[in-house]
Amino acid sequence: MFALLGISPQQLFQQLLVGLINGSFYALLSLGLSVIFGMLNIVNFAHGALYMMGAFAAYFLLNLLGLNYWFALVLAPLIVGAFGALLERVLLRRLAGLDPLYSLLLTFGLALVIQGLFQNFFGSSGLPYAMPSQLTGATNLGFMFLPIYRGWVVVFSAVVCFSTWFLIEKTRLGAYLRAATENPTLVRAFGINVPRMITLTYAFGIGLAALAGVLAAPIYQVRPAMGADIISVVFAVVVIGGMGSILGSIVTGFALGIIEGLTKVFYPEASNTVVFVIMAFVLLIRPAGLFGRTA
Amino acid sequence: MSEPSPTAPISPHAHSGRDEKVAFVIMTALLLVAPFVIYPFFLMQALCIALFACAFNLLVGYVGLLSFGHAMFLGLASYVSAHAAKVWGLDPALAILAGVASSALLGIVTGALAIRRQGIYFAMITLALSQMIYFFCLEAPFTHGEDGIQSVPQGMLLHFIDLSNQTILYYFVLAVFLFGFLVIYRTINSPFGDILKAIRENEPRAVSLGYRADQYKLAAFVLSAALAGLAGATKAIFAQNASLTDVQFSMSGEVVLMTLLGGMGTIYGPVVGAFIVVAMQQYLGQYLGEWVTVIQGSIFVVCVLLFRRGIVGEIAGFFKRSL
Repeated sequence: MFALLGISPQQLFQQLLVGLINGSFYALLSLGLSVIFGMLNIVNFAHGALYMMGAFAAYFLLNLLGLNYWFALVLAPLIVGAFGALLERVLLRRLAGLDPLYSLLLTFGLALVIQGLFQNFFGSSGLPYAMPSQLTGATNLGFMFLPIYRGWVVVFSAVVCFSTWFLIEKTRLGAYLRAATENPTLVRAFGINVPRMITLTYAFGIGLAALAGVLAAPIYQVRPAMGADIISVVFAVVVIGGMGSILGSIVTGFALGIIEGLTKVFYPEASNTVVFVIMAFVLLIRPAGLFGRTA
Repeated sequence: MSEPSPTAPISPHAHSGRDEKVAFVIMTALLLVAPFVIYPFFLMQALCIALFACAFNLLVGYVGLLSFGHAMFLGLASYVSAHAAKVWGLDPALAILAGVASSALLGIVTGALAIRRQGIYFAMITLALSQMIYFFCLEAPFTHGEDGIQSVPQGMLLHFIDLSNQTILYYFVLAVFLFGFLVIYRTINSPFGDILKAIRENEPRAVSLGYRADQYKLAAFVLSAALAGLAGATKAIFAQNASLTDVQFSMSGEVVLMTLLGGMGTIYGPVVGAFIVVAMQQYLGQYLGEWVTVIQGSIFVVCVLLFRRGIVGEIAGFFKRSL
């Protein structure tokens, strides 16, 4: 079969893996966007910039404080998440009740400021971030060599995504969250601090983006433009999946990563645009997105 | 939608239109004498970008649709008209028409897709589609990738107007700008424009009154795309090149910035915003480097938080006029 298609199985599985890795990042980022959208009803255009900050946070933790990858995996999302909470408290909250387009413009402006500042101080070229020593090397699966770190990224992202799904859909805290999305005033009347929940939700969504940034740091280099490069694809993923469903954004993220990877094998010219083409088709057939509810 | 729409409030004088006409005479007079005082290349650049911003504002200010991918129309039209003038050797007027036609066609396709969703989704869809056009322009053979199309001939307009003469070229660009501006002004103040505003204010209500909102939105989208294309095509002819800069995402972001800074939903706001932003890039760009991005981002934040009506919107509000 492989001979017929004119590609080696090795090549196919390599690209599938690359696709899965990108899919992990799409899933983490679109999941964060969905969580934020559900609670705050805004599209966070600064998501890419905060993903980039996660990667830089890992870089600084290592090079300034000597804290390795494992610390960064915990600390970077916390630090960047706290920064997100600050943004929500100081800036985004002022726009509550206005047309959501204003918060979109505000977060877009923030993305420009953050990216511009990092570009000023660190230039456009990438900074290397070493792979953690425990995860270097590769293992032979029989049909392909699997670099251990890449396997780790896919498994760990999947675990984080499904934990988030469990947290929101199956726990009491998640129930409050979903209730506050539906009717914030009523939930407040029950004595639940909804404004604080909004801040924490925003911080959590940002934390997921920062986590994706830390995971990406050893694979791609740490670059100021890394967020801007990925964000338009993530938006297309969000449009395809529809922002109504948590599980939907996870599945769509991974699936589109894989499709992108396969396109690199079979028709490389289209690998940059395949996600956008799929978006166009989904809009024609199911305008609300594959998992979306019509508003 | 129950939220207030992103536009200046309608003042008591809104329908008299006298202030707008006075402002038009002043603007035209200033632009006629400007090349004697200011570097014409900068003026032509600013005029093209201002027309681009006005076209964008037609959509965001009067239909309430925020496009985050408008650079695709500017960029595609500039490539097509540059190619038509250089490779096909067309008359500059025909080359510009070819550019406008290409962006109008692209507007029909992308508009039909994008208006299937509203609000923030509309912004994300237009952004994604424009990324697709960017990759197309990066890889298609006729655009020459990173090099772009260089040394496009300015040529003889209609065989007798020599556009390589800088003075004539300037007044040609000015004429194109004023034409586009008046088309937009006329559209906004027509029954068609009133229906667009009705859709912006309350789409379900407009639909219940029997207006096919989707058709009106698509028509406005295509008109906006065609005028953005006119700006891009003219830019390619006067600047004698077409490059990836005009089709990049940063250009889509800049046009949002100009319109927000000048005043969304005001007729003169985008012109003011475009001149400020282009001047900032032209004259401060060399000193500021990457700080330009930081400053642009800060302007977004300040505008959204402190003066959402933009410069012209605030002035008009202060004097209780409509501009």
